[in-house]
Amino acid sequence: MMELGINPVALFAGLVVAATPLLFAAIGELVVEKSGVLNLGVEGMMIMGAVTGFAVGVSTGDPGWGFVAAAGAGAALALVFGILTQFLLSNQVATGLALTLFGLGLAALIGQPYTGIRSPQMPSVFIPWLSDLPVLGRMFFRYDPVVYFGLFLALAVWFFLGRTRAGLILRAVGENHDAAHSLGYGVVRIRLAAIAFGGACAGVGGAYLSLARVPQWTEGMTAGAGWIALAIVVFSAWRPGRVVLGAWLFGGVTILQLNLQASGVAVPAYYLSMLPYLVTILVLVIISADRRRASLNAPASLGRPFHATG
Amino acid sequence: MKTLAFLAGATALAVALAGPAAAQDESLKVGFIYVGPIGDFGWTHQHDLGRLALEEEYGDRVETTYVESVPEGADAERVIRQMAQSGHDLIFTTSFGFMNATANVARQFPDVKFEHATGYTRLDNMATYDARFYEGRHVAGIIAARMTESNIIGYIAAYPIPEVLQGINSAFLAARSLNPDVEFRIIWANTWFDPALEADAAQTLIEQGADVIFQHTDSTAAMAVAEEAGIYAIGQASDMREFGPTAQLTAIVDNWAPYYIERVGQVMNGTWEATEVWGGLGTGMVQMAEFNEAIPEEVAEEAMAAAEAIAAGELHPFTGPINRQDGSPWLAEGETAPDDDLRGMDFFVEGITATIPN
Repeated sequence: MMELGINPVALFAGLVVAATPLLFAAIGELVVEKSGVLNLGVEGMMIMGAVTGFAVGVSTGDPGWGFVAAAGAGAALALVFGILTQFLLSNQVATGLALTLFGLGLAALIGQPYTGIRSPQMPSVFIPWLSDLPVLGRMFFRYDPVVYFGLFLALAVWFFLGRTRAGLILRAVGENHDAAHSLGYGVVRIRLAAIAFGGACAGVGGAYLSLARVPQWTEGMTAGAGWIALAIVVFSAWRPGRVVLGAWLFGGVTILQLNLQASGVAVPAYYLSMLPYLVTILVLVIISADRRRASLNAPASLGRPFHATG
Repeated sequence: MKTLAFLAGATALAVALAGPAAAQDESLKVGFIYVGPIGDFGWTHQHDLGRLALEEEYGDRVETTYVESVPEGADAERVIRQMAQSGHDLIFTTSFGFMNATANVARQFPDVKFEHATGYTRLDNMATYDARFYEGRHVAGIIAARMTESNIIGYIAAYPIPEVLQGINSAFLAARSLNPDVEFRIIWANTWFDPALEADAAQTLIEQGADVIFQHTDSTAAMAVAEEAGIYAIGQASDMREFGPTAQLTAIVDNWAPYYIERVGQVMNGTWEATEVWGGLGTGMVQMAEFNEAIPEEVAEEAMAAAEAIAAGELHPFTGPINRQDGSPWLAEGETAPDDDLRGMDFFVEGITATIPN
């Protein structure tokens, strides 16, 4: 690797950063889908988070408030989707797509005065001794706090879904909403909470783009990241651990292809750009080859409307 | 006589009064199809400035509309057709990838006039216009060669089309002629607009030692990353100074407004023809943004002299001897590149180590 001029440590650091927006969006969508709701509006919620986070970050001078506001904006937009699909029983797929279009347009409108402004500096967590370690320091201990928070969130979601009673109820709602309803659980209420959480996560993911990774506000800047997040959820077979893996894989392949190109390796760029998607298809094929496991993992009520009768 | 004069005056008054109303009815409808958002502060932004200049120039006599972020491909044809059906007289399609879609619609709507940017297909009702961005990149190449300390120059390229290859080759030849140690690291982004990817590409180039970054993609992300990293960058299409106040050495600025104003005027007075225009530094279609203060006086003068020589037609960025990447000769000593060679450019010049995806 070294003779190519690629520094594996920098490569790893790059992929972790590149994966962070995807990680947030995907972990949020995972919770939404686990509750039996398919929200295809991830892209729209991300871009709303990106613009709101940037606007608030700039006006307060503190990226932290930017992220809080981004979570709020994402959740607010998600709740529009929630009300439409849960109370008015609109089609989830169509509403989700509309949410993306609406979010992109609204974000462009809100963002008008914020183009060409620099974002406030993101602080890096600098741990006195660990960050100075020769290789490990750069690889693990020099990111901004949001990167660590993303990983913590994945762990928390894993714990919540698999180890707590509330998580069990959420999964029950996603598996069979009629049964959960007959046991007295508020299906709509639980789903709304999940949708709001998913929106908040997507919003933070979007804000990470505008406040840390790019860092500036540009119209349409999510450029399809929301769709990749949706793919990662399927790729992960609805498991939080694999969401982290999936996000790193996507981020990693992107960063790797950029590095290979920059170091002049004669690999056709089109194939390199295709790689993340090829890997997803490949993994999907492998996962679905074992049909029993695939059907076990997908929430049984995913995307089905729920109307309480009797 | 007096009566006659009075009558003539009355008629003139009547015409003047009727004027605005008539113009309302006959106002020329001009449509624009953009590949990116108008807020990209790069390529599309510049075209939209041209559109706004039309409204400024002609007021009520034109009505402009635009559709932004139109993907290159099947959707483009639908959008262009929609625009042709909705009564537009003149339609500008502003990306290379819209060429075939524009031609297909142009054949179906012989009464509508089309203008396609950066392509080569022309019909009776479809003109092409393009700018010699490579002239600006020659000037930028001079500055980059003088400013780099690592001798590694990064280049974020969109697609391997002639326009982009001209730019890379031109910048490289200019840089190499002044600094034989300079090397270009090239990343193909395979997109015109993806700020996150462009930022990552810039970051990767910086990791690999680049201290000046060129871009031929449309967002300002690479400029912002360069600013953050404390290195230099060259702006693309638009003056990106506010995104990189210390990073931007200069920018290659596209100035479409004069052309748009001229062409709309020709449609109004019936002299429009499906011409082929290829402007450059000389016609002002390409301009250099103000140079960074960090550029030493003598370098700025050297670059400015080159820009003036190109504008005056005394210097051609592609002047032989130049070999292709594989060592085969392209231009002989003193020979300048014919326009047809440039339009069909599909190779790197000798000395560039990167590969062109096919």
